Amino acid sequence: MTEYRAPLDDIRFALRHAANIDALAEMAAYAHAEPDLVDGLLDEAGRFFEQVVAPTNRDGDTVGAVRNADGSITTAPGHAKAYGQMCDAGWGGIGFPEEYGGGGLPWLLGIAVQEMMTSANMGFSLCPLLTQGAIDALLHHGTEVQKETYLRKMVTGEWTGTMNLTEPHAGSDVGALTTKAAPAADGSWLITGQKIFITYGDHDMAENIIHLVLARTPGSPPGTKGISLFIVPKFLLNDDGTLGDANDLSCVSIEHKLGIHASPTCVMSYGDNEGAIGYMLGEENQGMHCMFTMMNNARLSVGLEGVALAERAYQQALAYSHERLQGRAIGAEPGTSSPIVDHQDVQRMLLDMRSSIAAIRGLCYRNAEALDIAAASTDDDVRQRADELAALLTPLSKSWGTDLGCELTSIGVQVHGGMGFIEETGAAQHFRDARIAPIYEGTNGIQAIDLVGRKLGLRGGGVIADHLGSIAATVASMDGIAELQSVRTILASALEAVTEATQWLAENAGDMPAVLAGAMAYLDMLAITTGGQILADGAVAARSLGADAAAERALLARFFAANRLAGVPGKVPAVTAGAADLAQARATILS
Amino acid sequence: MTDEATELTMNKTRKVPDATRRSSDSKSGRYLGRPAWGETQPEVADSSAMKVVVCVKQIPDPADPGALDPETKTLKRDSKLILDESDSYGVEMALQLVDAAGDGEVHLVSMAPNNEVSGLRTALAMGAASATIVSDDALQGSDALGTAKVLAAAIARQEPDLILAATESSDGYTGTVPEMVAALMDLPSVTFAKSIAIDGGAAKIQRQTEAGYDEVECPLPAVVSVTAGVVEPRYPSFKGIMAAKSKPVDELTIGDLGIDADQVGWAGAGQEIVAIEDAPAREAGEIIEDDGDAHERIVAFLDELKVL
Ligand SMILES: Cc1cc2nc3c(=O)[nH]c(=O)nc-3n(C[C@H](O)[C@H](O)[C@H](O)COP(=O)(O)OP(=O)(O)OC[C@H]3O[C@@H](n4cnc5c(N)ncnc54)[C@H](O)[C@@H]3O)c2cc1C
Ligand SMILES: Cc1cc2nc3c(=O)[nH]c(=O)nc-3n(C[C@H](O)[C@H](O)[C@H](O)COP(=O)(O)OP(=O)(O)OC[C@H]3O[C@@H](n4cnc5c(N)ncnc54)[C@H](O)[C@@H]3O)c2cc1C
Repeated sequence: MTEYRAPLDDIRFALRHAANIDALAEMAAYAHAEPDLVDGLLDEAGRFFEQVVAPTNRDGDTVGAVRNADGSITTAPGHAKAYGQMCDAGWGGIGFPEEYGGGGLPWLLGIAVQEMMTSANMGFSLCPLLTQGAIDALLHHGTEVQKETYLRKMVTGEWTGTMNLTEPHAGSDVGALTTKAAPAADGSWLITGQKIFITYGDHDMAENIIHLVLARTPGSPPGTKGISLFIVPKFLLNDDGTLGDANDLSCVSIEHKLGIHASPTCVMSYGDNEGAIGYMLGEENQGMHCMFTMMNNARLSVGLEGVALAERAYQQALAYSHERLQGRAIGAEPGTSSPIVDHQDVQRMLLDMRSSIAAIRGLCYRNAEALDIAAASTDDDVRQRADELAALLTPLSKSWGTDLGCELTSIGVQVHGGMGFIEETGAAQHFRDARIAPIYEGTNGIQAIDLVGRKLGLRGGGVIADHLGSIAATVASMDGIAELQSVRTILASALEAVTEATQWLAENAGDMPAVLAGAMAYLDMLAITTGGQILADGAVAARSLGADAAAERALLARFFAANRLAGVPGKVPAVTAGAADLAQARATILS
Repeated sequence: MTDEATELTMNKTRKVPDATRRSSDSKSGRYLGRPAWGETQPEVADSSAMKVVVCVKQIPDPADPGALDPETKTLKRDSKLILDESDSYGVEMALQLVDAAGDGEVHLVSMAPNNEVSGLRTALAMGAASATIVSDDALQGSDALGTAKVLAAAIARQEPDLILAATESSDGYTGTVPEMVAALMDLPSVTFAKSIAIDGGAAKIQRQTEAGYDEVECPLPAVVSVTAGVVEPRYPSFKGIMAAKSKPVDELTIGDLGIDADQVGWAGAGQEIVAIEDAPAREAGEIIEDDGDAHERIVAFLDELKVL
């Protein structure tokens, strides 16, 4: 096990050259996010997550959260204490409005902090993450009274939040849920039903838990149009705001999982007795709409989990590669053993990790920047464009980020050889932890459908056209830069291939099975090409940051271009194949 | 400056006489009242407002292994400096004492090159109210005594009730600066504190010893060195970090403190670094295989090391 070191240089580089945090600070809404404050916050956040949270990661995995005989949940050793310290430091609230005790800082900076928290201990990080989702929903849809009642304590983290969508027969298809809400005389609602897979549905780290629960009101239309959202606190509040009676809800069991053992995944039962008291959030039957407003943020954060785990796996693999002596590298003195980092294939694996992490981190940060501009620009046009860009990039961050999370943590295991497969080494934990991310918050398959079904058509195809145009501009920006010529050529071919695939999808929009058959391959093409663009932009920007930085960024861009970006044109046939073979297989091989 | 203090730095191997014992009344453990700095001595007994000065050293990040400059034979300090972890305990203790007093503030004093404040910012973000940083080209090459002279002068301007420092820094670990500061300021010195309680004009201090701890009491103001690990230093909150940005940091030169350049730096140093060399590589240990007599061989080995 190596310790986690917050990769502050790389994070700063992404904040300034994949996104542009200094430009955000020029907007009135983020005026206090000055460069020296940003640096100070990053330093201290890094120190906090390195020293307080990262050391809990092993116990989180090996001990995990446990459900006691009395039904209560005890989190793994050290987790409650670290969580308390995090509330004191306030790291969960920096991106939320100052009005409710937050920092009013750019979401982008919050994303950088969240990356460190997730690298330090992903199972731990899910509690603040779900709370953040619940805060987001309350901020957008709560009444003044509801916001006053809940937000302050949730922004500090004293109360945590959950999101209750999933039921045994309603996973990807949320519209199939059956939990019921019946009106009570006093205007509140009585909730009855069972939810599964509820992250941090119960735990011992906070004094109250604010559950957000999707349910159906009597006579509501079927499907997603008939779903409403409810605030269901674990402990009801007295008139003076103090904690009162326990609500009629409980965690009836927790799951045994492949990874994220620190995070209790709960089966929640609502209303076993008189009915759990809930308060409607937003309008009746607008529950799905409420979910959509927080979805970009939540999906981006899950994409970031891939970055965070890959980063930690990379640090561990790099350290091991210097320690482990095996074989003699070409050119090493006869009779000696070389550290494995001297072998070309190990260097390849490490660089693949390093360059891919830089690409996906850059994508996530650029996505967060778009969310910030969309939230705060005073120019309607700028705001609109940023909102569209965020909508386009979000499925890429979520799906490609989490798929890479799995792939890169797997490479992390591979660098360790046999020791990687042995749990004691700790490399396997990152691989296991990473595996959930492509599944929750909308499976990656659903992301691909979202991309081709909703996002490509935005502004009549104008949004994707603008994005492809920006990639063309990146290609042009490398004109005449000798050390980036390979990147220029490969990015240009990738762009050509993506353009062709985009056109094919537009032309075949009427053939839905064909479009869906190619959706995932298309998402990968677009995401990898965008990743290549971001590394190229970084390499160009680094030319003014001194010779070392310029050389390093050019190297990362070249390696990524040759090893991943160059594969993009090869995916065109998978996009344009149509669905005939799938249909035939369904009738034969898959019957 | 006292000759005694000079002697301390000149001869680092000599055991540092402990100011506690030197000046304490053996029966009660109470310090013989020593005058502080004359008229300016604050009336701590009458007021609950506590002013605590904490000496904080800013050091190169131990996680990024530093390099020695072969020219000056000292550590290169050109990268960003951070708060010495040893001093985070003093800062925490000071904040707790001011909290307990209900009124007052914590002021930081540091000497470092180039008006470096990144380490001070951490301590300000923890809750200290203000800071003094002393930087001066003439301070290059200062030894512990030179450092103590500068710190003592900067501290005196604050007229504190209590001065805290760490027992030793993490990078230099001479472990003498706080005692020198006390001697230069003519204040009582208590070392190795594990807890401090303020009671009127006096401090009740538990000082760690090999056997347990001594309870000592001394009048204020006093210089107390705090043992590492005795309190849990808080981590700065993001709000504290944001607030720290606008807290006052006084930047002083030695001229501002009325110190002459020949008293400090290479010129004033009573110690000289004659040579530096790499630490010898660790030799392979001996593996003792147990053929039935392993215990005897281990005992013989320990005997040889004279640890038995
Ligand atoms: C550890 C963990 C934590 C979780 N936390 C929460 C939580 O806090 N709150 C919450 O509400 N839920 C939570 N979930 C639930 C999670 O969001 C769902 O598991 C996820 O949405 C997938 O639903 P499902 O499991 O029913 O899979 P299914 O929907 O059954 O999907 C199975 C497969 O079919 C594919 N598929 C399904 N429908 C389609 C379609 N229309 N087109 C193409 N492919 C399709 C999927 O992509 C997937 O590959 C959690 C799950 C886990 C495992
Ligand atoms: C060869 C040499 C060159 C040096 N060059 C410089 C230089 O260019 N610029 C410069 O500023 N200093 C310089 N110094 C001073 C040096 O950094 C130390 O501050 C000093 O030698 C004290 O040594 P120590 O850390 O071992 O003290 P210790 O006695 O181990 O320190 C105990 C405690 O005293 C306090 N303390 C000690 N030093 C300081 C400080 N500097 N500021 C605040 N509190 C402190 C801290 O609380 C510390 O934990 C130099 C020292 C030497 C020996």
